[in-house]
Amino acid sequence: MSRKLLVVLLVVLLAALALAACGGAKETAAPTEAAAATTAPTATSEQTAAQPTEKPAQQEGEGTLATVKARGKIICGVNQAVPGFGFLQPDGSFAGFDIDYCKALSSAVFGSPDKVEYRPLNAKQRFTALQAGEIDVLIRNTTWTLTRDTELGANFAPTTFYDGQGIMVRKDSGIKTLADLEGASICVSSGTTTELNLADQMASRGINYTPVVFETADETTGAYLDGRCDAYTTDKSGLVARQSMFPHPEDHMILDETLSKEPLGPVVRHGDDQWFDIVKWMVFATFQAEESGVTSQNVDEMKNAEDPNIRKLLGTEGDMGAKLGLDNDWAYNIIKQVGNYAEIYNRNLGPDTVFNLPRGMNSSWKDGGLLYSPPFR
Amino acid sequence: MTFKESDHGAVPFWRDERYLQIIAQVIVVVVLIAIGWWLIHNLLTGLEALGIPMSFKFLGLTAQFDIGESMIEYSRNSTYAQALLVGLLNTIKVSFLGIVFATLFGIIIGIARLSKNWLVNKLAAIYVEALRNIPLLVFLIFLSTSVFHKLPRVQNALSAWGWAYLTNRGIYVVWPQPAGGWDVYKWFLLGSFIIGFIVAAIKFREGKKTGRMPLYWLWGFVVFAVLAAITWFIAQFMAGPPMHLDFPSLQGRNFKGGKSLTPEFMAIFTGLVIYTSAFIAEVVRAGIQSVSKGQREAATAVGLSGFQTMRLVIFPQAMRVIIPPLTSQYLNLTKNSSLAIAVGYPDLFAVGSTIINQAGRAVEVILITMGVYLTFSLLTSLFMNWYNKHTRLVER
Repeated sequence: MSRKLLVVLLVVLLAALALAACGGAKETAAPTEAAAATTAPTATSEQTAAQPTEKPAQQEGEGTLATVKARGKIICGVNQAVPGFGFLQPDGSFAGFDIDYCKALSSAVFGSPDKVEYRPLNAKQRFTALQAGEIDVLIRNTTWTLTRDTELGANFAPTTFYDGQGIMVRKDSGIKTLADLEGASICVSSGTTTELNLADQMASRGINYTPVVFETADETTGAYLDGRCDAYTTDKSGLVARQSMFPHPEDHMILDETLSKEPLGPVVRHGDDQWFDIVKWMVFATFQAEESGVTSQNVDEMKNAEDPNIRKLLGTEGDMGAKLGLDNDWAYNIIKQVGNYAEIYNRNLGPDTVFNLPRGMNSSWKDGGLLYSPPFR
Repeated sequence: MTFKESDHGAVPFWRDERYLQIIAQVIVVVVLIAIGWWLIHNLLTGLEALGIPMSFKFLGLTAQFDIGESMIEYSRNSTYAQALLVGLLNTIKVSFLGIVFATLFGIIIGIARLSKNWLVNKLAAIYVEALRNIPLLVFLIFLSTSVFHKLPRVQNALSAWGWAYLTNRGIYVVWPQPAGGWDVYKWFLLGSFIIGFIVAAIKFREGKKTGRMPLYWLWGFVVFAVLAAITWFIAQFMAGPPMHLDFPSLQGRNFKGGKSLTPEFMAIFTGLVIYTSAFIAEVVRAGIQSVSKGQREAATAVGLSGFQTMRLVIFPQAMRVIIPPLTSQYLNLTKNSSLAIAVGYPDLFAVGSTIINQAGRAVEVILITMGVYLTFSLLTSLFMNWYNKHTRLVER
């Protein structure tokens, strides 16, 4: 009897000792660093040795690129409910403008657009998922704001889509301007900049309204269509996309007024500059390709082009890829497999789609738009 | 065995069961603390590494978002703390009303399940079995999207002779509003109430003395009602009518005036009431069946009617069995109210998760939310335990 107890006690004691040892180790160095130093000495030991008391660079302890490569795929946080941007199709695959950027990132890292695991997230989950390291990159029509860039621990890659918030109403409601919304109920998704812009704009114009807040875009539009609200608000691109799915799209209209600036783009976690650089230049590569006239059709010929800028972009010349920690044909792969900006745009939102969104601000700077890539040199 | 050994005087402490038991407990406590400390330490270093160390300072910042329904003054310029308070009050509102109505329905259905009337019995059984076995979240989404959002639109609102309107923007009911004479009348009302209370107390005493208990509460109520009616006219004569009825009417895009309940509130409220009342019905039924048959037979033998038997003999005894499981149903209802987020009702959890997104303070907000629900539950449980003790003392 007492012997049995003694054995149990011994086991417990050993476990406690092991735990205490772990605890002790953590006091001298942060836990992830300690782990990194033992598991991956070649990759991060220099960094660890140089600044032993510094905070760990990121949660995994290794660079995101190394983690992604070891895993064999990128985990991309996306939307599943906005047609044209991120939408779960009936066959179970994802499609859209943001999805194509996930594919472009996969092409840059792996040379194949399919090494992506899509993680559908709602507006509220997305930053927590990013902070917690559940996803490698968030490409989910996310607006770049100061608070998000700082307090939420996010880093914003270049804007891929310049948007603005709009309001949709029923045509027969007689609402023509924002002022007509006095006393109205407005459906909005929770945890979005939209929710804040609406409050700001209505307060500054002194319009009384009732916000009706739902978790997901589907619930929000459902409530609007049922007549729970007089109006529905989100980014204008989202409104157009949603309207295309309504049973009677012609009964609804989008007010001319724009409530806000909504620059949408990919987001990564704070603290991994290499990964941030890769995502940034992945976006710039699509801009530059359009500017230089490189498309998925002509990219093979363009490899031998005379223009040194194109040669550097496509890896014929220089070692741009190595500087990012990637293969030298990373941009070639993006353009070959996914396309340049214009191709991505037209495939998802262009004249041949139901949305037929004019490019507007989302044109290359040469055409009077805002898309401008720093030089590839 | 231990005794025999200790007689020899040389048992080392590591073989002495008395010591070993204490040591085992100490070790378990140490291990638990170590695990807890490790988890917290890990969390704090993790947050530190992300550059967002734990801090509750954000509560004083401007919330910047609006909330659909609030029991206190609130605007986008209020602080995050005030936003949480709005959510908290909304949670209390739906939980409290939910508990009251769920108890009421639960008791009625629980008794109906024991009815000898075939139809009543079967209907109650179907109610309990069907609703108890549907997941609450599914039921709530059904109520929200298929019932309350599918009510008529504002323009073709269902009207009950202009006194109440049923629309998918909410339910609007005529409601009294204080008017000119209210300042005087409220004192009259208070006086009437006190007098009514005194009358009831006197009648109660009389009943105790004579052994024939009159309907003392009815006495009190009638006196109060008569006095309230008479003073109404006095107040009207002095300073105009004390109250007027505020009729809801369609103004612009929505109904204004009267008392309104939003479809979001109605969805979570009816969902919680119906779901929980099915469980309470079972608790009540079990309680009633636990009272021995002899009690009922004895009550019948002394000539009590069916209703009297229930009210005077069975139910007071059943209460002892009913109250402890009833407490856990109340706790469940309060906790389940956090599902309000699924139907768009701004309760504590819904407001909290908006704040998580806007301020990026996930850990802090979740800690606050958990703390609040824990406090609620402990308070409810404390009250019910007190009540339980109370009924037990009366019974025995």
